[in-house]
Amino acid sequence: MITVQGLTKSYGTADAIRDLSFSVDQGEVVGFLGPNGAGKSTTMKILSGYLPADSGEVRVAGFDIFSDSLKARSRIGYLPENVPLYPEMRVGEYLAYRASLKGVRSRRIREKVEDAVQLCGLRNVQKQLVGTLSKGYRQRVGLADALVNEPDILILDEPTIGLDPNQIREVRALIKGLASRHTILLSSHILSEVEATCSRILIINKGRIVATGTPSELRQRTSVPLSGTIRLEILTESSSAALRELNSLPYISKATTLTESEGWVTYEISPRGEDPRLLLYEEAVRRGWKLRELSTREVPLEEIFSSFVPASPDQSATELQSPGNQPGAMS
Amino acid sequence: MRVFWTLLKKEVSSAFLTPMAWVLLFFLLLLTGFNFYAGVSSLNHGPTEVTVVESFFNTVFFWFSFLLLFPLLTMRLFSEEYRTGTIELLMTAPVRDSQVVFAKFCGALVLYSALWLPTGLYFLIFWWQTHLQAAGAMGAYLGAYGLLFLMGMFYLSLGCLCSSLTRHQISAAVMTFCLVALFFFTGLLTFLSGQVGTLMKGIAVTFSPIDQMTQFSRGLYDTRAVVWYLVMTALCLFLTFQSLQARRWRG
Repeated sequence: MITVQGLTKSYGTADAIRDLSFSVDQGEVVGFLGPNGAGKSTTMKILSGYLPADSGEVRVAGFDIFSDSLKARSRIGYLPENVPLYPEMRVGEYLAYRASLKGVRSRRIREKVEDAVQLCGLRNVQKQLVGTLSKGYRQRVGLADALVNEPDILILDEPTIGLDPNQIREVRALIKGLASRHTILLSSHILSEVEATCSRILIINKGRIVATGTPSELRQRTSVPLSGTIRLEILTESSSAALRELNSLPYISKATTLTESEGWVTYEISPRGEDPRLLLYEEAVRRGWKLRELSTREVPLEEIFSSFVPASPDQSATELQSPGNQPGAMS
Repeated sequence: MRVFWTLLKKEVSSAFLTPMAWVLLFFLLLLTGFNFYAGVSSLNHGPTEVTVVESFFNTVFFWFSFLLLFPLLTMRLFSEEYRTGTIELLMTAPVRDSQVVFAKFCGALVLYSALWLPTGLYFLIFWWQTHLQAAGAMGAYLGAYGLLFLMGMFYLSLGCLCSSLTRHQISAAVMTFCLVALFFFTGLLTFLSGQVGTLMKGIAVTFSPIDQMTQFSRGLYDTRAVVWYLVMTALCLFLTFQSLQARRWRG
């Protein structure tokens, strides 16, 4: 549905994106992931036909976004970052205006607006002025606008930014619901978001794609151990003796103490080879340890991301972990 | 074409949805109403050489409110959309840049016309009360309002251009006001007649709105003025279109 070949764009002397190539197939939900200022918004502005690129080719639904711009644009629903809207219009009025602008036939406008209002849960604010809406509702109006003409492709730039956790969950659920009918490309600097909604992830840093794949593929591709770690919580008289014993076991490569309170000790264990949980259970029974937790911990995408994108002083990868971070950069 | 109507409708309705159009209408009618009153009451002081229409369209009050309209009517056209980012929505919809420019210009022109239309009532009231013609002939009304429309086209297109150049409404307004004043006061060159040749003087008189209005409000039409305003409007709109496209490239 979307093919991007050798896309390059610079603002003055600063390169925003360099030689970017990727494609998105029909029905996919692809997450565009990167730190602030990585070039996500620039790429999306080019894909939506707002900015021309310096070089490279973009085809959307078979149409070139530069030379066949109008046809390509009519296949795209675009939600810009920060959702600009006309504050003086009413929600229903605004959606009808946008539908008409996007070429929906006059007698079908009502019906399409109804559908979008229904889908995005805007029924009770339909007659309200856009300027008086809360951030969450603005986001939903933006989404409703993007899908009002039922485009093949949705391009959503940071769709959950600035929302509270409840709203984030709602918008994510909404996007998931749209996945069956649209091809979706969404950008985010929040990993959990991409992991929750996308079938494939593109990691971009400093204007280049550094990794691509499904979340599980990305897990396999990193230096972080594939099987993750094991948490073991036991009640024991001497935590250091237990630690020594754990470290002497042949199927454990390394055990460390995480927390210790009122006799309960939590260890983090890196296994050597196979899943050793059954063996650990038997070991605990043999030594008379009371067992409270024995679980595996999957490698979170955060760690995968930092292994692809080295943290630098101005853009630390740790900021990616907190959904509360707001973008100051306009990339 | 349908896209153009959609855009035009939005432009006009959003002007009337915000207080701007109503505030402008109120103060314009206040000023021109006073202007009309002054014109009529001057008839009390003995015979004059000018008709009511001529005097209405040639006072400081009239020209002052006329000149102030343009920055106010056009400053938000593009600047507002740049500032709020809605331009991104507009230009990613399947809409041509030329349609956007033309719709915004026509929207401003509709609003401008709607502001001046009620002033026609003054002459109706005059006729109803005195059973006298306010002008020598119908051509005088047509000339005065026709020139008002033509000048409006040119100055509004100048405003469009200025607004498309910046995201700051005030900057757009200042630029518009300066450019409109520059073109408007060409007539003042005649005061320098001692220094300039007769050609310059001829140009100054031909293109001075004040002199033009004196002619048109008598029902004397000068096609040079008509052509001048039409060509300049087209030029300004073309430049606006170019500026909009250039803005895309700059990102």
